[in-house]
Amino acid sequence: MEAREIVFDFLEGYDLLGAFWVTVKLTVYSALGSLIWGTLLAGMRVGPVPLMRGFGTAYVNIIRNIPLTVIIVFASLGLFQTLQVKLGGGGDFEVINFRLAVLALALYTAAFVCEALRSGINTVPTGQAEAARALGLSFTQVLRLVILPQAFRAVVNPLANVLIALTKNTTVAAAIGVVEAAYLMKDMIEAEAQLILISAVFAFGFICLTLPTGLLLGWVSKKVAVKR
Amino acid sequence: MSGVSVNKAAEDAAPAGDDLVVLSNVNKHFGALHVLQDIDLTIARGEVVVVIGPSGSGKSTLCRTINRLETIDSGAISIDGKPLPQEGKELARLRADVGMVFQSFNLFAHKTVLENVMLGQVKVRGTDKKAAEAKARSLLDRVGVGVQADKYPAQLSGGQQQRVAIARALAMDPKVMLFDEPTSALDPEMINEVLEVMQQLAREGMTMVVVTHEMGFARSAANRVVFMADGKIVEEATPDQFFSNPRSDRAKDFLSKILHHS
Ligand SMILES: Nc1ncnc2c1ncn2[C@@H]1O[C@H](COP(=O)(O)OP(=O)(O)OP(=O)(O)O)[C@@H](O)[C@H]1O
Ligand SMILES: [Mg+2]
Repeated sequence: MEAREIVFDFLEGYDLLGAFWVTVKLTVYSALGSLIWGTLLAGMRVGPVPLMRGFGTAYVNIIRNIPLTVIIVFASLGLFQTLQVKLGGGGDFEVINFRLAVLALALYTAAFVCEALRSGINTVPTGQAEAARALGLSFTQVLRLVILPQAFRAVVNPLANVLIALTKNTTVAAAIGVVEAAYLMKDMIEAEAQLILISAVFAFGFICLTLPTGLLLGWVSKKVAVKR
Repeated sequence: MSGVSVNKAAEDAAPAGDDLVVLSNVNKHFGALHVLQDIDLTIARGEVVVVIGPSGSGKSTLCRTINRLETIDSGAISIDGKPLPQEGKELARLRADVGMVFQSFNLFAHKTVLENVMLGQVKVRGTDKKAAEAKARSLLDRVGVGVQADKYPAQLSGGQQQRVAIARALAMDPKVMLFDEPTSALDPEMINEVLEVMQQLAREGMTMVVVTHEMGFARSAANRVVFMADGKIVEEATPDQFFSNPRSDRAKDFLSKILHHS
């Protein structure tokens, strides 16, 4: 008890949980956004409309190849400071930057969600879509009711990897002043002496977020796997 | 055939009351391969037509053009007097009227047997769930897999899966049923249970196009046998005529091979 207090007293005065809570919120919001946008992109990429296919392909190839930092900084400098995009009411700087970070993370991660899903779609035998079309289902119904549910089940593991990468990528939001875990870490490292301990605490914090995610989704993946 | 006669054939087909499926001068290519060559085929309401022929002769392709799973390059196809729509809602509506049973069953792997038979009713026909379930259960009973309703397709034998697939197609109240080698992926002991269901359907007056090499079925259920080779319809005859007295050399050759092997 005593020893613990002495060793960890450098944590005093810092809102460690608060910072990690911001990390969690960044992760959850951008995960939801990227899942929706990534699914739409995947739909475009496998769809019959050439214009949409072209857009989907171009989007994925461009976004995937730009560093996330550049995208986030662009969201802050380009969208907000130049174009005054705030994504909602309220002028609080902190809130606006949080929203922009979520937008940037979601747009970026969607490219990876799209590609994971597309690989999942390729695991669904063509006969499934043919049977669905033969029943008279429309293209979007075939996708929504038959192809995507099977594709999602096939890609729970790859999506878990995308989610874990996203959790770690939220640290880039520090670049535009969102006070999440990495931002706080930098603050603490500047003010305190225990460099290694501080890093270890944050590393441990991230593992606490990502490890259960991986384990849980690994279990889900087995549970929902489609038997053929 | 000239362009004029193509149009005339299509127009003639429309008003005829008893012609359900009419293909006139249909051509299709896969790249350089001319898979369907000047196909003319008329199927009357209530008729059972068996399509037979060597591998690669275009039987599956012919079957699939009837509900536009394959597009055609030229010619015309009409169903119940209406030409096949190009794409979109109209096409979907038409497909709902044309049941299709595949060689590899193609049951929706993530849905239970019951859900497989309900999906089209609810999502295409707009039937409410209760009614759809009742109808699904009675169809599953009719094809003899009622007790399997809550299982997933992978838990069923091939013969059971194919019977579910037939029930799924019947649930749409189709005007015509297409079967593309429905028994050729099955173990021998399961072939009969599927053929019996099909025979029953034929007796009840369902219009059927069946690609199969099951001569027993052709003899007992078919009104007509259509023999295809190299993308052409080479011969059409009643089953008895065809099997006991084929006219073309191609058919003689083909029959001697399958008779020899079975
Ligand atoms: N999607 C496709 N792309 C290119 N060629 C194709 C395609 N589908 C079929 N073919 C070719 O068209 C020809 C006719 O094929 P089809 O499947 O209609 O024959 P089939 O009579 O059903 O043969 P089988 O008895 O083997 O099923 C074959 O040579 C086949 O290789
Ligand atoms: Mg075939």
